[in-house]
Amino acid sequence: MSDVVEKTLTALPSLLSLDSQPGSAKLSTNSKLGSLIRGITELTSKHEEEKLIQRELSSIKEQVSSPNTTMRQMKELMVRTIYCEMLGYEATFSYIHAIKLAQQGNVLEKRVGYLAVSLFLNESHELLLLLVNTVLKDLQSTNLIEVCMALTVVSQMFPKDMIPAILPLVEEKLNHSKEIIRRKAVLALYKFYLIAPNQVQHIHNRFRKALCDKDPGVMSASLHIYLQLIQENPESYKDLTASFVTILKQVVAGKLPMDFNYHSVPAPWLQIQLLRILSLLGKSDQSTSEVMYEILDESLRRAEMNHNITYAILYECVKCIYTIHPKSELLEKAAKVIGNFVLSQRINLKYLGLKALTYVVHQDPRLALQHQMTIIECLDHPDVIIKRETLELLFRITNDQNVTVIVEKMLDFMSINKEDHTTADLVGKVAELAEKYAPDNEWFVETMNTVFSVGGDTLQPDIPNSFLKLLSEGFDDEEENKKLRLFAVNSYISLLQGEPSKLPQRFLQAICWVLGEYSHLREDVEPDLVLRLLVKLLNIKSTSSETKSWILMAMTKLCSGGAPLSVPLEVSETYSSSMDTMLRQRAQELQYLSQNPELQARVLPRGVSQEPMEVDSSLSFLDGFVSEALAAGAAPYKPPHQRQEELSRSKALSLEPYGLSLPISMSSCSIADRQSPTLLSVSSGLSGDRTDHSHKGGSTTLKLDGVRRVWGKEGYLAQRESAEETAPVEAPSPLQPLVQQGDGDASYSQTPTPIPECEQEKQQLASSLFVGLASQSSVCLMGKSEQTSQRFRRKLKDPAASFPSSTQNPLVSPPSSVGHLLLDSSISSDLISSPEQTHLSSVDLTVANGEVELPDRDMKGIKSTLLREDSALAAGSSPHEELDRPKDSCLTSHLPAELSGLPHSEITPLCTSPSLDLSSCHVQKDDSLVLLVFMKSSSDYDIQQIQVQVTCEELEVSCVCDSPVEELKSHGVVVCQYFLTVKSPSVYFVLSGMMSHQIPDNSLQETQFSHRIPLTSFLRPLRLSTEEYGTMWLAFSHDTKQNLPLMMDAEEPLTATLKVLKDKLQLHVVEIIGNEGIVACCLRQDQPCLLHCRVHAGMLAVWLRSPIPELPDCLLYHCQRALQES
Amino acid sequence: MIKAILIFNNHGKPRLSKFYEHFNEDIEQQIIRETFHLVSKRDENVCNFLEGGMLIGGSDYKLIYRHYATLYFVFCVDSSESELGILDLIQVNSQVFVETLDKCFENVCELDLIFHVDKVHHILAEMVMGGMVLETNMNEIITQVDLQNKMEKSEAGIAGAPARAVSAVKNMNLPEMPRNINIGDISIKVPNLPSFK
Repeated sequence: MSDVVEKTLTALPSLLSLDSQPGSAKLSTNSKLGSLIRGITELTSKHEEEKLIQRELSSIKEQVSSPNTTMRQMKELMVRTIYCEMLGYEATFSYIHAIKLAQQGNVLEKRVGYLAVSLFLNESHELLLLLVNTVLKDLQSTNLIEVCMALTVVSQMFPKDMIPAILPLVEEKLNHSKEIIRRKAVLALYKFYLIAPNQVQHIHNRFRKALCDKDPGVMSASLHIYLQLIQENPESYKDLTASFVTILKQVVAGKLPMDFNYHSVPAPWLQIQLLRILSLLGKSDQSTSEVMYEILDESLRRAEMNHNITYAILYECVKCIYTIHPKSELLEKAAKVIGNFVLSQRINLKYLGLKALTYVVHQDPRLALQHQMTIIECLDHPDVIIKRETLELLFRITNDQNVTVIVEKMLDFMSINKEDHTTADLVGKVAELAEKYAPDNEWFVETMNTVFSVGGDTLQPDIPNSFLKLLSEGFDDEEENKKLRLFAVNSYISLLQGEPSKLPQRFLQAICWVLGEYSHLREDVEPDLVLRLLVKLLNIKSTSSETKSWILMAMTKLCSGGAPLSVPLEVSETYSSSMDTMLRQRAQELQYLSQNPELQARVLPRGVSQEPMEVDSSLSFLDGFVSEALAAGAAPYKPPHQRQEELSRSKALSLEPYGLSLPISMSSCSIADRQSPTLLSVSSGLSGDRTDHSHKGGSTTLKLDGVRRVWGKEGYLAQRESAEETAPVEAPSPLQPLVQQGDGDASYSQTPTPIPECEQEKQQLASSLFVGLASQSSVCLMGKSEQTSQRFRRKLKDPAASFPSSTQNPLVSPPSSVGHLLLDSSISSDLISSPEQTHLSSVDLTVANGEVELPDRDMKGIKSTLLREDSALAAGSSPHEELDRPKDSCLTSHLPAELSGLPHSEITPLCTSPSLDLSSCHVQKDDSLVLLVFMKSSSDYDIQQIQVQVTCEELEVSCVCDSPVEELKSHGVVVCQYFLTVKSPSVYFVLSGMMSHQIPDNSLQETQFSHRIPLTSFLRPLRLSTEEYGTMWLAFSHDTKQNLPLMMDAEEPLTATLKVLKDKLQLHVVEIIGNEGIVACCLRQDQPCLLHCRVHAGMLAVWLRSPIPELPDCLLYHCQRALQES
Repeated sequence: MIKAILIFNNHGKPRLSKFYEHFNEDIEQQIIRETFHLVSKRDENVCNFLEGGMLIGGSDYKLIYRHYATLYFVFCVDSSESELGILDLIQVNSQVFVETLDKCFENVCELDLIFHVDKVHHILAEMVMGGMVLETNMNEIITQVDLQNKMEKSEAGIAGAPARAVSAVKNMNLPEMPRNINIGDISIKVPNLPSFK
């Protein structure tokens, strides 16, 4: 039949002279459309066409708005407008008239009206609402054609909100006596399902009815719906498998009316549709698959005729066989079919054969091996599409032995193909292969160079990103790392010495980074040379300002290498007045850092081992800033959901839907977490409170919504986050915030513990690197792809803790990622270094605490004891600790009766004076903590006028004793009790005290002492149900996140870890669900803290929330200690 | 799903464009241009499939086309459509055009398509509805279209009396489909189904 088409259409050239053709001539004489078309075909230029159409449109406009125009004329006008619109000329004025025509015309006019509407408007167009009434009326019409038209327009587009208005009518049509109406109704409902699945929930049974409609047409229409439904949720439709199989059986056996035959194949499209459905149902489900084996075999057998459409069925069959649970017999037959496809001379079949091979090559690499020669032939096929498909196939079977050949083929192809889409796709694949299987450094760097230069600026941004990451993180062998970097440096220097202006911008940026970081590795090259190369680059006109920023950063790094200062100074001079803020910023940095080697060394340490950084994702370093802002009268931060709640409460009528219940919010949190743990403040609305915190406090308002996510998942996003976080604290000079931050760094932020992690990672890396180094036979193109070793396997890391090396050297940060934010890099440098500082300051703290200022020199011994005591306490001293020292045991007897049964800490000496020994311990009561101070007289006389004062900034101390102790008998013991409640949480509470007493010579002797209590002593389990936990979780605003080590050696790491926490810190484990656990504790009833723990990449990701700002951080510290010690 | 059906001639002049997904006017024109650019570059003896261009969607989309003399028929589809299936659908499509338009005029040519823009769209609407293949049975489509042509002719005959025309058309019904006669041949029983109410 296609010959007929060919023949008739070839007749065209003669038709172009319209007069000789009676058909066309007849039309063109009496139709305005005809003359319009004729007019257009006679024109030669686009400009003339435009003029003509504009003229035409204005005449149409005039006519449609005239009241005298009849509907019949209107119809003719609409056809002309449709034509103009098709040519790309907008005729907005006609839209309303199209709707009017559909409303008012007779059947024929209506039909054109509907057609015009469906071509002009779209689902969200406001005028569409005017059509609803017309559709409603036509659906109820007795004229079948009108009903058909209404259903057609509905399935093309319909306003989502108005579906309920017509849904009952459409549903009713499912029972219509005419099959065409039923069929169209089914498709209209399918459309509804696509745009508003909830609206048609209730009629799923109707779909089933449509499936067994007596008319095959209706049945096949309903398959569209089922294909979609099963794709979304195969489990719920397993019961229909047998029905689909039965239908297919009957179709294959030719039970359908002859009308359905196409080239004597019974209902081929129907068969294709059914096979697709079956493959979805049978996927990884043996019992379901078994039902369909027979019919699949039958289909394969029947479809052996030589026509296009039978191949379509065969192809579907083969795909189905490879998708469902395998059966060797069928697989064999399917493999044969694939072979026929691949070997076929018909190019369409070859294409499909390659596609099928690509699809099955994972399961059956031997098949590819069989067709080795054909595949190689296809690589040189004149058709680019075939070539690309072959490359796709090769990509799937690449391993470390054939990688060079395959990548070469891909690069060859790219040099011929100039289409952007294909290039971008292939370049990504080459980069992936190069990274996975690179045989040696030279090859890797060279391949990446080609990737960068060919890919140009269409390159996916994550390719240079991961390349740089790989360079900086390196792999196990330090020596090898160095070689790779050195090679890269060499190759880039020679590239820059050539014609750098031709290189794409992204490549230049990568080059700059590498030169900045590693050019010092090459000792024979003066930094000056590199600097001059960079300046040359800077002066090229085509260099974008983004690249310029990279160049300036590279220069900044180079300056530390002792290069002469004249060049950088000159450059920074030029650019410090640039209009581009980023450039200006970089220039300032360059200027400042090049003149200040000390700071330079601090900000950009060179040759530091690339240890993974812990990033304080809770931004606790901003706490200082926040509290300052609060003190200055800023409103305290409320998380979005809380604000929402308050807002809705203030309204009389809540129009919002009910809020999320816990399970949803929990899961959504964890999803956000999983995606990018470091990006939480951006991606998850429920978290990132602190970030917003600072937004409120700061005068700068940051709009984060519009910020482009330039860098990939594990790339520089973290850097950007830090940029966002720190931006509000920004100050004009890069150094000022540094100082501020130092102060702001609260002492209780987490101390990083990178060393044990490193060890663990390396072990993991070693085990994963040397597994599966199975050798393959020769340099055969085809090989199994399963067991291959990855040369550049990244260090395995917990994503949350993994940051590119640039986080260590913040000036490395790509400007594009921070471009919007006026980032002050030194702030982020400070952010990064803050853990160490914190560490230091916490050490200071310990010392300071231990230092008891005692006038007596003999007290030195006590000092050390105190320190020991501290550590003992810090170890989360178990409440039931046995007391071993005799001195203590004698004091234990003096414990007040009401406290004697309760757990208490070790009794430790506080201070000693010649006549008096002071010791203390704390006792944990259910609702409070009691500090006991024992005073033991060691003198032979009574001591008079004893006064003991205990104070602490963070605690409320109230004395239980009715009256202060006045007198102490000789060798007697007196106990003072103090109730302690937490005012503001801290890691340790240091109580300072002063005791004074009269010594015999009537002079007053004063002794100072201090006592330290860890936060853990104040912790009590908070017994909650999961629901309560959920409500509380949403209500709390202060949160902190951190990864903690997991007890990997235990059978169930999560349970074991939580048990340790429970025992040591007295936390209450609310529930453990899978690899997540929720835990709660409190200081008092009104000071709760909730923990959400999740096992993630061998770490325990803990998320703490509390209404008390400081509590999460402090608690985290103790969790960390507790886990380290166990 | 079918995303778009485009027909243009050897010079890239659009002869019919139907989008089943909403695009801006400008984007639509761009898609037509890009598609033409992609398709026209291809030789005669290469395969009829093209992995999609940038515009209409990423790698999930493909273009399936046929070239008849002066016209390109291009279907843009997503991965849920069978390549060869669509290819034959285009064949059916063009045959229907030829068959139906042929009956009105002695010869069908490229220009007939544009002279009957509305009619061509109506034929298409019988085959593809909202991006879904509705009917692949040529006879059935032709029956439908014939009926519509009849309507047109009768309307032309009574042009002077529109009122009568309206009533005449209103009383008209679709004829019974021939296939309904031998419907007894097929018995699709769907077991395991819940009872319907």
